[in-house]
Amino acid sequence: MGGLQKKKFERGSATNYITRNKARKKLQLSLPDFRRLCILKGIYPHEPKHKKKVNKGSTAPRTFYLVKDIRFLLHEPIVGKFRDYKVFVRKLKKAYGKTEWSAVERLRENKPTYKLDHIIKERYPSFIDALRDIDDALCMCFLFSTFARTGKCHVQTIQLCRRLTVEWMNYVIAARALRKVFISIKGIYYQAEVMGQPITWLVPYQFSHDHPTDVDYRVMATFTELYTTLLGFINFRLYHSLNLLYPPKAIVVTVLHLMFSFNAFLQEDMEKMEAREKEQKQQEAQKKLFEGLKFFLNREVPRESLAFVIRCFGGEVSWDKSVCIGSTYEVTDETITHQIVDRPNIDQQYINRYYIQPQWVYDCVNAKIILPVEDYFLGVTLPPHLSPFVEEKEGDYVPPEKMKIMALQRGEKPANEEEEEGEEEEEEGEDEEEEEDDDNDDDEEDDEEEEAEEKNLKKMEEQRSQGKSLQVKVTPGKVKVENPARLEQEEKAEEKRLAIMMMKKKEKYLYDKIMFGKKRKTREANKLAAKRKAYDDAEKAKKKKARK
Amino acid sequence: MEESSGSMRSSKQREEMKKVREKTARKRSKEEEEEQDQDQDQDQDQIFNFNNKPAEEEEEDEDLSDSEDSVYSGLEDSGSDSEDDEDEEEALDAAADDDEEEEKEEQAQRTEERRRKEGGVTDGKEEQKKDEYEHDSSDEEDIRNTVGNIPMEWYRDFPHIGYDLDGKKIYKPIRNKDELDDFLDKMENPDYWRTVHDKQTGSDIILSDDQVELVNRLQRGQFGDVNFNEYQPSVEFFSKDVMIHPVTNRPADKRSFIPSLIEKEKVSKLVHAIKMGWIKPRRVEDDSRGRYYDLWSTEDSSILAKHKMHLPAPKIPLPGHQESYNPPPEYLFTDEERALWEQQDPSDRKLPFVPVRFSSLRQVPAFPRFIHERFERCLDLYLCPRQRKMRVNVNPEDLIPKLPKPKDLQPFPTTQSLVYQGHSGLVRSISVSPSGQWLASGSDDGSVRFWEVRSSRCMKTVQVGGAVKSVAWNPNPSVCLLAVALDSVVLLLSPSLADRQVVSASERLLSGQDEVEPAEGAGPVTWGEAEGEELNQGIRLRIQHPKAVHQVVWHTKGDYLASVMPDHSSHLQVFIHQVSRRRSQNPFRRNKGLVQCVSFHPVRPYFFVATQRSVRIYNLVKQEMTKKLQANSKWISSMAVHPGGDHVICGSYDCRLSWFDLDLSTKPYKMLRHHKKAVRGVAYHRVYPLFASASDDGSVIICHGTVYNDLLQNPLIVPVKVLRGHVITHDLGVLDVTFHPTQPWIFSSGADATIRLFT
Repeated sequence: MGGLQKKKFERGSATNYITRNKARKKLQLSLPDFRRLCILKGIYPHEPKHKKKVNKGSTAPRTFYLVKDIRFLLHEPIVGKFRDYKVFVRKLKKAYGKTEWSAVERLRENKPTYKLDHIIKERYPSFIDALRDIDDALCMCFLFSTFARTGKCHVQTIQLCRRLTVEWMNYVIAARALRKVFISIKGIYYQAEVMGQPITWLVPYQFSHDHPTDVDYRVMATFTELYTTLLGFINFRLYHSLNLLYPPKAIVVTVLHLMFSFNAFLQEDMEKMEAREKEQKQQEAQKKLFEGLKFFLNREVPRESLAFVIRCFGGEVSWDKSVCIGSTYEVTDETITHQIVDRPNIDQQYINRYYIQPQWVYDCVNAKIILPVEDYFLGVTLPPHLSPFVEEKEGDYVPPEKMKIMALQRGEKPANEEEEEGEEEEEEGEDEEEEEDDDNDDDEEDDEEEEAEEKNLKKMEEQRSQGKSLQVKVTPGKVKVENPARLEQEEKAEEKRLAIMMMKKKEKYLYDKIMFGKKRKTREANKLAAKRKAYDDAEKAKKKKARK
Repeated sequence: MEESSGSMRSSKQREEMKKVREKTARKRSKEEEEEQDQDQDQDQDQIFNFNNKPAEEEEEDEDLSDSEDSVYSGLEDSGSDSEDDEDEEEALDAAADDDEEEEKEEQAQRTEERRRKEGGVTDGKEEQKKDEYEHDSSDEEDIRNTVGNIPMEWYRDFPHIGYDLDGKKIYKPIRNKDELDDFLDKMENPDYWRTVHDKQTGSDIILSDDQVELVNRLQRGQFGDVNFNEYQPSVEFFSKDVMIHPVTNRPADKRSFIPSLIEKEKVSKLVHAIKMGWIKPRRVEDDSRGRYYDLWSTEDSSILAKHKMHLPAPKIPLPGHQESYNPPPEYLFTDEERALWEQQDPSDRKLPFVPVRFSSLRQVPAFPRFIHERFERCLDLYLCPRQRKMRVNVNPEDLIPKLPKPKDLQPFPTTQSLVYQGHSGLVRSISVSPSGQWLASGSDDGSVRFWEVRSSRCMKTVQVGGAVKSVAWNPNPSVCLLAVALDSVVLLLSPSLADRQVVSASERLLSGQDEVEPAEGAGPVTWGEAEGEELNQGIRLRIQHPKAVHQVVWHTKGDYLASVMPDHSSHLQVFIHQVSRRRSQNPFRRNKGLVQCVSFHPVRPYFFVATQRSVRIYNLVKQEMTKKLQANSKWISSMAVHPGGDHVICGSYDCRLSWFDLDLSTKPYKMLRHHKKAVRGVAYHRVYPLFASASDDGSVIICHGTVYNDLLQNPLIVPVKVLRGHVITHDLGVLDVTFHPTQPWIFSSGADATIRLFT
C-alpha cells in the first residue's frame, strides 16, 4: 500500500491523442498552414476508441490527432518554407504600399518555392503504394484540367493537370490497360489495371463549370499540388516501364494536341515493343477488341473519350478535320467500318459501314465482346447501359439485360425475342419462388396445411356442437404424397430453428442482424424484380395495342 | 550656288533652303529695278496666295537653326520693303482714280505676260513666287486703309473712305452707276463675273485667271497652291539613327562631368543591403521543380514505414446501375419513391442523386454537384477522423450452436393427435390421473370435466359453480381423488372413475377423516362435508379458505395438499392440508412476498415456494429455509420440479424460462427465451427427460433436458419441438400444460376452450 496517488489522464490513451488546436499551437502554425501541412503530409484525425477517456472526461465533440503524427510533422522542412512564404508576402505588401516597384520585382523574382518530392517518397515508400492511392489524384487532375482559365486557380496548374492527364491516358493506351468504362450521370468512369492494381477515375463531361461559392478552392488547390507531383512521378515510372521517354518529346505548347501528335511518336516505340508484347496480347483477347475496326466520330459525340477508349482496344479512329487536329482520314474513306453518330438521323449514309450510337463502344468494352450492332442503330431506343462495376452475388438482383450479355459471352446465340422473353419470365418466376422459399424457411406451407386441417376440424366440431348429425359420407381418401426430400428439408429447417433458439444472447443479436441484412437485400431484389415485371408487362400491353 | 550647297540633308530640304537664299539675293538686286509694277503684282498675288505662307514659314522656321543669320535678317528686310511698296501703290491708286480701269487692264495684261514668260522658264516663275512670299508679313491686317476693322457704313456720308498710312484721305471712286449702268455693265462687260468690289478701297477689282482658279480651288476645299504636295514624307529629326552633328549647339553641362552624389548614396545603400543580406542576388532559375525522375528507383522498405496506426483512406464506392445515364427501368424512381427521396434529409438518403434516364448520350447534362463531391472527398480525406472498425465477417451458420439432432432424442410429442372439446370458457388447469387414463380439466365456465384420454370423450361433468382456478389429481395411484380450487374453496372430488377398489379406497380416505374430528375448528380454514346434489356429483369435501385460492398441489404421497392464496399484505398465503386428518396449517409466519405457486419435493421433505422474483426452498422437517433461488426475471408465473428433485424450472411473465440446477448455484443454469409472450405453464415429464413450457403466443415448446448423475456434467438442454395448435383468444394462448405420466405425450389447455393432446 501507499505510494503516490495516480493522477487521471496522465497515461494511457489520453496521452496518445492531441486536439487540433493544441497541435496547431505546438507546431506554431496558422490554421490554413496547418491544414495545408496536414493535406500534404497525409495526416488525418483519429477517432479514439474511448472518447471520454481521451477527452479527459468531457464528451464535447473534438477532433483528435495522434501525438505521434504531430511529432512527425514537427521536423518537416516544408514548415520552414511556409514561414518563408509568409515573410515574402509581408515584404511584398510593404513594397506595394510604398510603391517601390523595383523592390516588388526583386521580391517576386525571389519568391520562395518548395518541392514535394520527399513528401511523396515518404508517403508512398514503394511504387505500388503510390499506385494504390492514385484514384483521387486522377479524379482531381481530370477535374482541374477541365477548368476554364478564369482565375479559380493558376493557369499553370490547369495546364499541368491537362498535360499529366493526357500523359496518363497515353500510357493507358500504350499499355492497353483499360478494363471498364461506365457512362454515369456524373461523368465517365474508367477503370484501368496497372501493375495488377485496379485504378478507377471519373472524368466530368466537357461543359464549363458552374463554380459553387461554398467550396474552398484553396483546399482543392493544395490537394492538386500534391496530386500533380504524385501523378508526374507515377507517369515517369510508368513510361519507363514501357521503355518510353518521359516527358514525351512531342509535348509542344499546345497541350491539347498532345495526345494525337504523341501517338505518331509512340508508334515507333510501339513497333519495337510489339514483338515483346505479342504473346501477352494474344492471351488477352479483350485488349484487341477493336483491332481491325475503323471508326469515324461525328462531331457531336464526345471525341476525346471515344478516341481514348477505341485506341485502348486497338481500333483506328478519326474525326472531321474541322473538329480538332489529329484526324487521320476523312468521312469518305471507304474502309471505315463504324461511324459513331449521336443524332436521330443522318443525310448521307454509306452502305458499307455501320452507323451506331456511342453507347455501343462502351457496352462492347464492358461485355468484352463485340456486341451485335442492331440495338445501337440510329434512332433506335438504346438498351440500358449497365454498370460494369456491379458484381452480382447470389441472391442479388440481376437485370435481364445483364443476363442477355452473359449469355452472349458464353457464346449462346440470342433466340427470337419473344421466346427469350418467355424464358426470362419463367426464370424470373422460378427465381422468385425460390427466393420466397428461402425467405420463409418453408414455414408457410406447413402452416397452410395445418391451417387447412384445422379448418376442416373446426367445421366438423361446429357441426357437432350445433347438434347436427355429421353428414356421414365416405369419400375416397387422398393419398398424401410425401416427398422424402422435402420432408428432410423441413426437418433440417426445423432443426435449425430450434438450434437458433438455443443461441446465446450476443450471438443471437449478431445473427439476427446478419439475417436482417440478408432479408433486406432479398426484399430489395424482389422489389426491383417486381418493378421490372410491371414495366415489361406495361410495355407488352403497349405493343399489343399498337399491333391492333 | 546650287552646286556649292552641302549634300548631307535630304534633297528637298536642300531645295527649300536654296530657294530662300535665292529669294533674298534676287530681291536685293531686283528691288531697285522693278519698282512699282512688280510690286503691285506682288501685292495682288500676296492677297490670294497667303495660304501658302504658313507652310513656307514653317519650313523656314525649321530651316532656321541651320541657316545663316543673314537669311533671317534678309527676310525681315523684305517684309519692310513690301510695306513700302504698298504705300506707294495706295498713293498711286488715289492719285489716278480716273484711269484706274485702264491701269487694271494693263496690270492684268502684264501679269499675264509675266505668267507666260514664267511658264516658259520655270526657274523664273519660281523666283517670282518666292519673291512674293518674301513680302509676306505675319500681320495679316490690310494696311491700305487705316480705319481698321469697322463697318464701312460709317463712311457712307463722307467723300472719303478712310486714311492711308500717311494720314491722307482715301477718296471714294466717283460712283454714279445706277441700276441701268449696272445692268448694262453686266450685259456688256465680259469681265463682269470676275469683278469684285473692294470695300476697303471702294474700287472694283477684276480677278485674273489665276485668282479665279485659286478661288475655285479654295471652294473645292483644295490647297491653294497647285504645286504644294500635301503628302510629302515627314522628316523625323529624332530618330534612332545617330547623327554626327548635334541638334543643338549648346555646350555640355558641368554636372555631366562630375560623379553624382545621389547616385553614390543609392549605390552605397544597395551595397549595404547586399552586405547585410537584405538583398539577395538574383536567383538562378531552378527548373528542377516540376521535373520528374524515378522517385522509387531505390525502393527500400526501411524508409519510414508507416506506423501501425496508419489507416489508409477508404476508396470511393464504385457506381451501381442506378448511376447510369441510361439505367434499366426498374432502377428509376416511381413517384412515391421520388417524393420520399425529396422528403428525406440529405444525410438519410440512400442515393445522393435521383436516377435519370437520357435517351442518348448527347442529352446528358453536366452534373451540377461534381465540384461539390470532389470537395467533400477532399474534406473527408484530411478532416474526417478515421477509426478501425472490426467488421464481423462471420458466416451466420457458424453462429448456430451444434446441438444433437432432435431425431436422436426421441421420443417426444410431435403432432397434435386429439382435441378435447366441451368447455365453453377458457380452460385454466388440467391434470392427468396417475394411471394416465383420465384427464381432469377446470374451466372458467364453472365446470370440471373428466375425459377419457384415448377416446377424448367427456365422461363426466361437474358443475362446481365458479371459475375453476386449479385442478390437481391425487398422485397416489391407490386413490382416485381430485382437488379443485375455485374462489376461496378447495373441493375434493371423488369422480369414481376407477376400479371399485380404488374408489372405495378413496372413499375411505375421505371418510376416515370423519372419525378424527378437527381439533381446531375455529382456524382460518374450515373443512366441511358436501351434501345433497354436490354429493351426487362426487364432491366430498369443501375446504373453505379465507381468500381466493389460486393453486392446489398434492404431495407425492397423496395425503398432503397445499393451497396458495396470493396476497400482499398477509402471511396467510400458503396452507398445507392433511386430508386423512382434515387438518390445515400455515407453515409461514411471515410474509416474504407475493406467493405465485408452490410445489412439493418429489422425494424429500422439501417445499418450494415461488414468490414474484425468487424461489425459496424450505425444509419441512427442520422448518427452515434451505435455499433461495434468484430467477432473474420480473414475475414468476409457474414452476415445476424435476422428478429427481435437483432441478427446477420456472416460467415467468417476461417470456423466460429459467432452469435451476440446485447443486450448482442459486442462479439459473440456463435462461431460455424461446417464447414471444408470457410463459403460463411449465411441466416436467415424470419418466422421459422432457420438459415443456406453454405460453401466450399459443405455442408449447418441448425441450429435451437430460440430467446426468455425474455432478461434473451439466444438464443437456435441447429444444426439440414447437407445438402449435391453440388459437389465441383475448391475448391468451396456452394456459396449462401437463405430461402424460407414462407416455411421451403432452396435454395443453388453452384460452380457446380446448384441450389438446400431442403425441
